[in-house]
Amino acid sequence: MEVINPMKNKNLLVSPSPHIRSDRTTAKVMGHVLIALFPAAVASVVIFGVRALALILFCAVTSVIWERLCNLIMKRPNSTGDLSAVVTGVILAFNLPVTLPFWMAAIGTFVAIVITKQIFGGLGQNFANPAIVGRIVLMLSFPAAMSNWVEPFYNKVDAVTTATPLVSSNASYEELFLGVTGGCLGEVCVAALLLGGIYLFAMNVISPAAPLAFMGTVTAVSYLAGEDGFYQLLAGGVMLGAIFMATDYVTTPITTKGKIIFGVGCGIVTCVIRFLCSFPEGVSFSILLMNILTPYIDMFTLKKPIGGLPGEKKTKEVKENEK
Amino acid sequence: MRLNGILLPHKKRTEYSQTKILSLPERVKICMSQHMGAPCVPLVKKGDLVKVGQKIGDSEAFMSCPVHSSVSGEVVDVSEMLLANGKTCKAVEIQCDGQQTMWEGIKPPHINDKKSLVDAVRESGCCGLGGAGFPTHIKLNYDENKVNIDSLVINAAECEPYITSDFREMMENPEDVIEGIKTIRDLLKIENVYIGIEDNKPKAIEKMKELTENDGYIKVVKLKSSYPQGAEKVIAYSATGRIIKEGSLPSDHGIIVMNVSTIAFINRYIKTGMPLISRRVTVDGDAVGRPCNVNVLIGTSLKELLEFALVDFDIMEKLISGGPMMGMCMYDMNAPLSKTNNAFLAFKAKSASKLPLLYKGQTNCIRCGKCIDACPLGLMPTELEKAYDRRDREMLNKLKINLCMNCGSCSYVCPAKRSLAEKNQLAKGFALSK
Repeated sequence: MEVINPMKNKNLLVSPSPHIRSDRTTAKVMGHVLIALFPAAVASVVIFGVRALALILFCAVTSVIWERLCNLIMKRPNSTGDLSAVVTGVILAFNLPVTLPFWMAAIGTFVAIVITKQIFGGLGQNFANPAIVGRIVLMLSFPAAMSNWVEPFYNKVDAVTTATPLVSSNASYEELFLGVTGGCLGEVCVAALLLGGIYLFAMNVISPAAPLAFMGTVTAVSYLAGEDGFYQLLAGGVMLGAIFMATDYVTTPITTKGKIIFGVGCGIVTCVIRFLCSFPEGVSFSILLMNILTPYIDMFTLKKPIGGLPGEKKTKEVKENEK
Repeated sequence: MRLNGILLPHKKRTEYSQTKILSLPERVKICMSQHMGAPCVPLVKKGDLVKVGQKIGDSEAFMSCPVHSSVSGEVVDVSEMLLANGKTCKAVEIQCDGQQTMWEGIKPPHINDKKSLVDAVRESGCCGLGGAGFPTHIKLNYDENKVNIDSLVINAAECEPYITSDFREMMENPEDVIEGIKTIRDLLKIENVYIGIEDNKPKAIEKMKELTENDGYIKVVKLKSSYPQGAEKVIAYSATGRIIKEGSLPSDHGIIVMNVSTIAFINRYIKTGMPLISRRVTVDGDAVGRPCNVNVLIGTSLKELLEFALVDFDIMEKLISGGPMMGMCMYDMNAPLSKTNNAFLAFKAKSASKLPLLYKGQTNCIRCGKCIDACPLGLMPTELEKAYDRRDREMLNKLKINLCMNCGSCSYVCPAKRSLAEKNQLAKGFALSK
């Protein structure tokens, strides 16, 4: 009997399903965040001058350099392509006053990238938002330089210093919304930040749960404390923190329920620090604190699978037998 | 509430392709394990003469269904063969005589009650044609004293990209679908029938609505085109609103779910008595010169089917049996067609290199939670991956790894390009092991 002529079998690729993947990559997600940061960056340059642009670029570049150096020293593959270091650098720059010396900014990005991120294992492994830690370290190390706020539209080295609207409490809502007040680079222009937030939401990058919970809580608690809630929402770093830092994937809870708890927690801590402590601003500390609580929030907000039956609870005896 | 799902490119390029018939092959190789459950034992030996529709394999086991010859000719070999999933089973090779003589025993079955229906469906060799291959008679043979079946859900979602074989069934044989539904409904005394069709097939929806106008108990349900709408649990929920709980079957919740091609086949079997010896297959993919739907005899070598569809073998790097989301990679182009193959997709090197095997661009998990938003059953794939990586059996069970149906949605959406679905399968095996 003649057998069917077995065709010379070429080697076919064999892999587990699924065989198609979406276009979205980590680098694209980070790219969207950079696009969303762009309006606020433009606003900061308009308000504070070219030095703002220099500071943003400096922070982005040093972040990438620290990241690459860590890769080389730790013998890890090059991870600068995922753009997460650039995002960290830009967000950190947004948290700095425009007058900050460059060498201090470099320390900030070092703390953010090397100490907070790479030492803990790189992308996805950091316990806290790198930019927040960088800012807090700078704030505690160089309190004078970190609170050297200048008047908007003074584009000189010896610019006139001013107070942030949180301290002076004399800015109008319009001024706060457009950002013509003293403050950190990226936090002043609420309009630009909102634009970025809407972009991120529209591109399905962030969930609005945490930012809305954060903003809502700040407003509500402020009113309850007898302050102007809307003013508290617009002034200071709440908008920047809520839109770009309380939505950081890595350091915030993963479920919607968890995100809401996170946002509410941030709002309460922010208000407590603002109204009761000696610091005028509490956004960074509140986010850092909630970052640290995130694993616990995650633990208590596990999703319930659809159709899942409650598992058999182990009695004490069974557990002891296992030991 | 709607179950989560993901949006996929549909790529239903073959939806207007009238089903073509593949010419008679010289030889067929009929595998004894084409369904879910126990493989059949060959009833023929080398040298036997068989005819079209003759039973050549059967099993005593509860979970099994017989296998029939798709050609007439001489049995030239009964041998072990390696299946795509790595298991082995017996296969009967038949040299065709070219006559396609019908077996004498073929006559329409006599059906007047549930028992005779179940027996007839078993004899037809029918198993779920959507891909899982669950023996159909077992679905129908529920215990009336224990469960009260009030809903029949016809699965015509066809949610995987490329595949159009169920759609073509509805366009070409709509009467078979409706008559099959009515027969089964009347014999089993089921009150409600739902035909679930995704809204990317408006023509099928229209056709089914037209044919069921006068029957108030058959509802055509327009489903959102979101993958995996056609998964049994998902379509059962979308149609009836009932959640099929962990460890239970649709029948425990009063539902029978059947694929639309399966029900049309059952109707043809009741009319003609010809068992399951051929089926419609979609051939598509970017290495295919002529994407089409083909009616192919069971046991035909894939190579003949691929040649018919003008597949360029030089550029083909990956051959998938089934859809791109849940299909299985084939490593052998000479494998025979089985009852459950609804599509074959051949892809070029370029698209194959984008495929997950090479892990291009994989990064650490960034905890974006997209996999959690994608999972239709509300599982947490990223947490499952971490639990598996630390071999935490307790956590895996707590997160209900056993519910994962390997739909692949989590892997699809992951921006870090992690192979979550693959890990879930490993984790499932691990959680079950002691």
